[in-house]
Amino acid sequence: MSVDLSQFIPSFLEESFEGLELMESSLLNLQPGDHESIHSIFRAAHSIKGGAGTFGFDSVTEFTHLVETLLDEMRDGRRDVDPKDVEILLAAVDCMRLLIEAARDEEDYDQDKVAQTTKQLEQTLAVNSDDNSTIPAASENAEQTPAMAKYNIHFVPEHNLAKTGNDPLFLFSALAELGELTIKAVTSELPALTDIDPQELYLSWNLILTTEATIEEIQEIFEWVEDECELKITQIDNDKVTNDSDKTTHKDVSNEELKQTDIPTIATTSQSSDNNAEQANVTSGGVSKEQAAKPKTKAKAEVGSIRVGVDKVDNLINLVGELVITQSMLSELGNDFQMDKIERLTNGLEQLLQNTKELQESVMRIRMLPISFAFNRFPRLVHDLAIKTGKAMELVIKGEQTELDKTVMEQIGDPLVHLVRNAVDHGIESAEVRLANGKPEKGTISLDAYHQGGNIVIEISDDGGGIDRQKVFAKAVEKGIVEPNATLTDSQVFDLLFEPGFSTADQVTDISGRGVGMDVVKRNIQSLGGRIQVESTAGKGSCFKVNLPLTLAILDGQLVKVGSETYIIPLISIVESLQVDNELVNRVSGDMALYRLRDENVPILPIYQMFGLKTEYTSINNALLVVVEADGQKVGLMVDNLLAQQQVVIKSLKENYQQVIGISGATILGDGSVAMILDIPGMIQMALTHAQNKRHNTPHNKTSLENTVIGEYS
Amino acid sequence: MSDIEQEYLTFILQGEEYGVDILCVQEIRVWSSVTELPNKPSYIKGVINLRGVIIPIIDLRQRFSKEPLDYNEQTVTIILKHQTQERTMVVGIVVDAVSEVYKFSDKAISKAPAFGSNIDSCFLKGLASVEEKLVILLDSAALLSEDELYCI
Repeated sequence: MSVDLSQFIPSFLEESFEGLELMESSLLNLQPGDHESIHSIFRAAHSIKGGAGTFGFDSVTEFTHLVETLLDEMRDGRRDVDPKDVEILLAAVDCMRLLIEAARDEEDYDQDKVAQTTKQLEQTLAVNSDDNSTIPAASENAEQTPAMAKYNIHFVPEHNLAKTGNDPLFLFSALAELGELTIKAVTSELPALTDIDPQELYLSWNLILTTEATIEEIQEIFEWVEDECELKITQIDNDKVTNDSDKTTHKDVSNEELKQTDIPTIATTSQSSDNNAEQANVTSGGVSKEQAAKPKTKAKAEVGSIRVGVDKVDNLINLVGELVITQSMLSELGNDFQMDKIERLTNGLEQLLQNTKELQESVMRIRMLPISFAFNRFPRLVHDLAIKTGKAMELVIKGEQTELDKTVMEQIGDPLVHLVRNAVDHGIESAEVRLANGKPEKGTISLDAYHQGGNIVIEISDDGGGIDRQKVFAKAVEKGIVEPNATLTDSQVFDLLFEPGFSTADQVTDISGRGVGMDVVKRNIQSLGGRIQVESTAGKGSCFKVNLPLTLAILDGQLVKVGSETYIIPLISIVESLQVDNELVNRVSGDMALYRLRDENVPILPIYQMFGLKTEYTSINNALLVVVEADGQKVGLMVDNLLAQQQVVIKSLKENYQQVIGISGATILGDGSVAMILDIPGMIQMALTHAQNKRHNTPHNKTSLENTVIGEYS
Repeated sequence: MSDIEQEYLTFILQGEEYGVDILCVQEIRVWSSVTELPNKPSYIKGVINLRGVIIPIIDLRQRFSKEPLDYNEQTVTIILKHQTQERTMVVGIVVDAVSEVYKFSDKAISKAPAFGSNIDSCFLKGLASVEEKLVILLDSAALLSEDELYCI
């Protein structure tokens, strides 16, 4: 009976990464004397080790064993939880992640780092075993201090052991690998042949094992059946060799009973330890060569599955049930339809509409995960950065239950990391500066997520020094991004931070300051259909607001008609729709018209003009205006007619064609025709470029692409 | 040059016969109205919805700088599909009429002259003769590559 284990590897990996996350977060919050946390950390490490062993990821098993040993000492109260140990354990968690990733991608891992952490762990363990002698320092140490001992193992399994998938034979063969094993079966409980249930287990065993392994290692073999058997492991020798980690060779020699077997063992072990040393040399040599030779490429972690709460699935099943009922009702109605049943038909169709809508929402909800998945990594990040920069700070996370589409979540992680790093490095001042400015010594970085309309807003704020407006401006002038005499609003100045190659940090640190990044952050966020805003008060701190759509697949849109075409304006960007009051229209220089909307002047952009369409509605008088907003800029889009509001499924134009300026995508309407979805920021940009071009009349410094566009619509 | 024969679908464009590798032809449709794209070159008629996929429609006459023709019931759209490593491109081309399917071996295809043709030579694969007439074979990969197709 062979089972293809490889099919379980993905779930093992997923569970392991979850386990690692749990270990990490528990370690970060670990208080001395918190046994519950240590237990859960230990359990996580233990199941990773078990799983890795099953799948043959030996490097993971070996390393995790060390971690587990250390945790075990903490768990049993033999070791105090000391911040230094926690740091080592955190590093060990990193190594475990590295090893598991390497095992997953079948690649080599950073052996240096693992070797270093292994050494640290071993040292920590060794320090402890000086004054505490119950546990061998590590598996390697155990090998180096061999001691033969005889154990009597009395193994009485419960009758239903075989039913739980355990086979004593496996246990025995595992024991046999540890040393010399004598097995005696106890058949006293065996009933008469007629009474035997073939699925039950009636035997028990007395085993005698001669091994150099410790009692813990023997117990480990039985750990899967621990609850289903009576197990007694006793050492036959009166000398307590195995419980002593100072197992030195003369002690063994003095042990009369084992003398004969000992001598050859000592010889072989000393040889093997030599071998170990040699091997270590070889590997360390290999590492340096390998590291010099190849730059590291890291495969992107992408686990193609999501965990969905049972309630969501149940809800879905309910809805499908309702849908089936509606369907059967409608088909019954259709079998024998008369005009007098039209009302029932309308009702049925309405119900169908309701069902479909709910079903769609539920299905979308399956893809939604709490944002804590993305926030999880930050406590560790801030903890590490705080140590690295020597600044005191704490991280406050709010709204981690806010739900977000999985695709968006996967892509927002890196930009958020960047923003948090920036907040730590540039935002929070050093403790002295903070105290001098009358602020608490400890800086605060807060992450907050909440829903606003159909969007999710993520705020990354710090109570640091804020952004130095003058410095940013001076830098921008120096880089030639703005004219020295330009007058800019605060938000325009802060937006300069997102220009490529822009960094105001005086010193480039390895955390941030190279000026690569903020532009990438902005681009990543924009590619998700989101936007980023900065607010900052000098001396009070800064706040980065990331605004993201909840999902990338569906959009609430307002259908509008221009000429013969239907366009869709994303509902999220619409401020209001109105009919032009002629008195409020101001014509400014050129053909630009402004509409006075309360106390704001909003430029009017006629879509037919921008897109070169033919329509009867070319006059601004009494025209319909859809006021939209993007990047803090409001414009009025002139349309012929307002149609329905509906949810549309976004289809890419890029798939078979290319990006079109002013269009973010397309969708298919109910009648099968294609309608374009307007890209509001793109359209505003288009209009601004147009206006600027006219004003400066210097088209040669614009890209040719913009030129063609302008050329065609002017 | 091998003897392996390949099939080509030929179509008429202003009296001349052009051929494309039949393996690139996904289907042939009659002309249906399109949704226009803003600010596009005139040879791009717009996009259509083909069973949930949005594909652009190119007027090949206009792309090859020939006289545009008014569309009627006979106007057909050939849907071409080309798969590269990264993506699958689907494009519809509007032609006057679909003609025949011919088999040519690579031997029978002669290289096109480098000039003297009013179509961009980047799309040309070669020329083949059937009885008395000449068929201009187009390189469907180039025809479907973004860089070539939308370069003007």
